[in-house]
Parts: sequence; C-alpha cells; structure tokens
Amino acid sequence: MIETSDLSVKIGETTILNAVNASFPTGVVTALVGPNGAGKSTLLAAVGRLLPWERGEVLLDGAPVADMGHREFALKTAILRQDQHIAPRLRVRDLVTFGRFPHTWGRPGREDERIVDEAMARLELETLSSRFLDTLSGGQRQRARIAMALAQATDVLLLDEPLNALDVNHARGVMHIAKEEAAKGRTVVLVLHDLSVAAVHADHIVALRNGNLFAQGPVRQMISTDMLSRLYEAPIDVIEYDGRRIVLTH
Amino acid sequence: MVKRIGILAALLALTITAYMTIGARGNWDFVLPFRGAKLLALVTVAVAVGCSTVVFQTITANRILTPSIMGFDALYVFLQTGLVFSIGGLGYAGLNPYLKFSVETSLMLVAALALFGAVLRNAADLSRMILTGLIIGIFLRSLTGLMARLIDPNEYSVVQQASFARFDAMNTELTWIAAGITAGCFVWLMARRWRLNVIALGRETAMSLGIDHDRESRRLLVVVSLLVSVATALVGPSSNSFSGTGGFFGLLAAAIAYRVAATWHHAIVLPAASMIAAITLVFGQTLFERLLQLQTSVSVAIEALGGLVFLFLVLRRRTR
Repeated sequence: MIETSDLSVKIGETTILNAVNASFPTGVVTALVGPNGAGKSTLLAAVGRLLPWERGEVLLDGAPVADMGHREFALKTAILRQDQHIAPRLRVRDLVTFGRFPHTWGRPGREDERIVDEAMARLELETLSSRFLDTLSGGQRQRARIAMALAQATDVLLLDEPLNALDVNHARGVMHIAKEEAAKGRTVVLVLHDLSVAAVHADHIVALRNGNLFAQGPVRQMISTDMLSRLYEAPIDVIEYDGRRIVLTH
Repeated sequence: MVKRIGILAALLALTITAYMTIGARGNWDFVLPFRGAKLLALVTVAVAVGCSTVVFQTITANRILTPSIMGFDALYVFLQTGLVFSIGGLGYAGLNPYLKFSVETSLMLVAALALFGAVLRNAADLSRMILTGLIIGIFLRSLTGLMARLIDPNEYSVVQQASFARFDAMNTELTWIAAGITAGCFVWLMARRWRLNVIALGRETAMSLGIDHDRESRRLLVVVSLLVSVATALVGPSSNSFSGTGGFFGLLAAAIAYRVAATWHHAIVLPAASMIAAITLVFGQTLFERLLQLQTSVSVAIEALGGLVFLFLVLRRRTR
C-alpha cells in the first residue's frame, strides 16, 4: 500500500502537484489516468523518489519513503519512466541484468541469471537477447525496459505508460503481467492513456486533473460516463459489451 | 575482451622497453633510473588522463565530453595565474613544490566542485551542459588573460612556463606523490566498477537502481579533479589555453579504449584507457625525443591526433 499525503511538487516556480492525497492499494493493478499535463508522470516519479517534493509525504506500508536508504528503496520499488535514454551501447540481456543490481551490487550470480531469463521470457525477448538496444524498434526497446523493471523483483512496480509503442498483442501481454504481479501481492501502478484498457484490466483508478486529485476508487465506480466526461471535460460514453466496459470518445 | 587487454599490455611493455633502451649511451646504472623516473611520470599522467576522462564521460552519460573540454584545464591555468598575480613571479617560483602542489590541488577540488557540481545536476541536458562548460572555459580564460595583461611581462613568462604541457621537463620530485595519488584513485575507481557501470546508464536509471546519484557523482567529480590536478601539476595542462586548442588527449584514449575493449564494463575500459594513453605518450616520447631529436612537439602531435578523433566522433556518431 502506497499513500501520498499532501504531496506537492514544484518544478521551478510551477506547481505540478498540489497537495495530492492518493492511495495505491496492494495486490491490485492501479491505473493513473487524467488529461495531458495532469501530473501523472510527476506523481509516479515522486512516488518512485526520482523527484524531490516540496511538501507532504509518500508512505510505503505506513513508513515514509524519504527515510529509506537508496539501495533499500530500490529493493522495494522499481520504476520505469517514459523515454529514458540509455547512453552505453548495451545488449538487451545486459539491460535486463542491470535490474538485478540493487540485489547484487556487483557481479550477478546464477540465481540472478535465472530471474533475468524468466523476465525476458515473460516479455518474449529470448530471440532479441544479444541484440544491441539501438538496433531495436521502439516497442521492442520498451519491452526490454519493462523486463528490466520486472527483474528488479520489487514489491512495488511503477510503470509510466508501459503500453507506449507496443502492438495490441504485446500490450495485452504486459497488462496480463501486471495482473500476475498484483496477484502475487505486489503494488502495481500504471500510467495509462487508453481508458478501455484501464476499464478492463485495472482494479483501482486514481484520476488527476491540473495537479489535483480528481477522484479515486474502484474501477466500477470510476469508469462511468459522468465521471470521465467531467475528468476530461469532453463528451465520453461508457458502454457495456459482453460484460466489459468500453470507453468511447467522439 | 580479456585477450585484447593482454595485447594492450604486451604493446605497452614493448613501448616501455623501446623507451628505456633506444639511444642509451654510457652507464646503464645511470640511464635506467634516470629514464625510469621520467617513465613513471609519463605513465602516471597517462593513467590520470585516461581514467579521469572515462569517469567524466560516465558521470555525464556521454562519450564526447572530457574534463578539459568542460574547462578543467582552464581552471588550472586560471589558478596558476591567480597565484602569480597575488604573490608575484618570484614568490611563485620560490614556493615549495609540495606546498604548491597541495595548494593547487585543493583549490582545484573546491573550484571544480563549486563550478561543475551544479552543472552536472542537469547532466541529462547535454547541450546545456556543453554550453555551460564552454562558457565557464571562456570566462576563466578571459579572466586569466586579464590578469596576464595586468602583471609584469617577466612574471607573465613564469605563468607561461607553467601553462604548457611539457612532457620532456617534468617535475621529478613530485612524481612519486603523484604516482601514489593516481594509483590510489585507480584502485578506488576499480573497486566501484559496478557502480560506474550503473551510473553510465544515466541519472534516473541509476537512481531507480539504488545509486545515490548526487553523492556518488560528487565523489567521482572529486576524483576526476584530483586526477586532472595530478596530471597538470606534473606536465602542465593537456590543453594549451593560450593558443586555444582543446584537450583532446583524454578523448583520444577513451574513444580508442571503448573501440578496442568493445564493452561497457569499467573493469575493462578503465585499464584499457590507461594503457592506451600510456602507449600513446610513451611511444610519442620515444619517437620524438629519441628518434627525431625533437623536444617539444609530443603534446602538439597528440593534440592534433585527438582533435581528429573528436571530429570523427562528432561527425560520425549521433551526438549522445
């Protein structure tokens, strides 16, 4: 369980997050949604301790994350940011193996290799194992980065737009992985733009608008015509088909 | 990878043997210690320049910047000129070399941390960082130029003497201290080779993998400043700020090291860069001093070669 209390983040003079009290329950998939510029990525980065915050606290199972050591925190939380540039010329397997660094702090052992193999298999990266990152397509690279976060094997998994550049098949695969991770008792938070995906695969929704918490709650209650139309300030319809909710925009 | 390191080591041994024996006349008991002291200084400078460049490139997560492109050498010349300006040429020349060395090194450390610590925090913004480095360099060179014009021409020649890279007339008294410091830095860097690998991934990735990036890069910056100070104290700045050429020697060593080692493992790259720098320096010195009987052109030739490598890197690779 992650909670933010009165979390405020400023970049320069601009307030990006304004006293946000959000909670991300354990054992479920939480989707972070909201219009562009709502502060979704900033909230995720602040929870992942990549950004300093102005006021407030982030609590992991009741303990302030600000008090944790860097390595201790990395053993508990893995975060994938959008468009992180990787400078060295790495092979896919090298990148995924870096996910084990918080555990090994040095040379990876046999157990680490096994975990890396497993993470690569889950993202269907076996055949790309020895390819250089800069020879991959955007979607393949995205999968490699997700595999790296998985290899970190943490209780909290924060993914910023993990479905970016993924084809429908792999997007579904990643959402299934997110559900499997949540079922293991982990806290999984995803920034999502596709509301239909959120409606089908997420259990919990946190909605931000203009740096404020707009609403949060179980997916049933959050994905509704009224709620989404107000959140995005645009006409949005939610229809039900075959027991699944589908979000339509016009 | 390990095999290539072996080849480099063999090449280095060959170069060193050539340096020690070619053109030796007279008593070996005199020649070997005499040349050995110079050799130690050359190798020390090579390791310092090679390692400081690789580590600097790791902190900034790019392979084109070097400490001297970012103005570290300009800082050194500025401090030297400032010293001559404040205590006079005679006072400067009369300074105890150990005292001078420790004062210069500590000043370098403080100034480098103050100037570049802030710049590195925004290391993700490469263009801004290069610009800041260039501006800091120009600013320091202008201040140096101003002070140089304000002081007596005789005293100015003292500054000039101290500001050119001279691989032929090195300060042998300081060699052992410098070699000790450099060896210490090298061991320290090798001990954190895995952390360096992670830091090279960039600030945010390193942070998410548990690296305290601010503290770690500050420490590394201290080591880089220390290594640059050591190299410059021994032979003068690798870039000659008065003629305005950049310091490309480190870039040459690092670029070839990455090419030869073909890996991102610092455990391989750091020794490779050191050995390549040493081969270049010792070979250049042998060629120019022993075979061509020229005294001062080694640094010029190396700079020219390094400049070509820099152009090659900038034009051929996507800037990253």
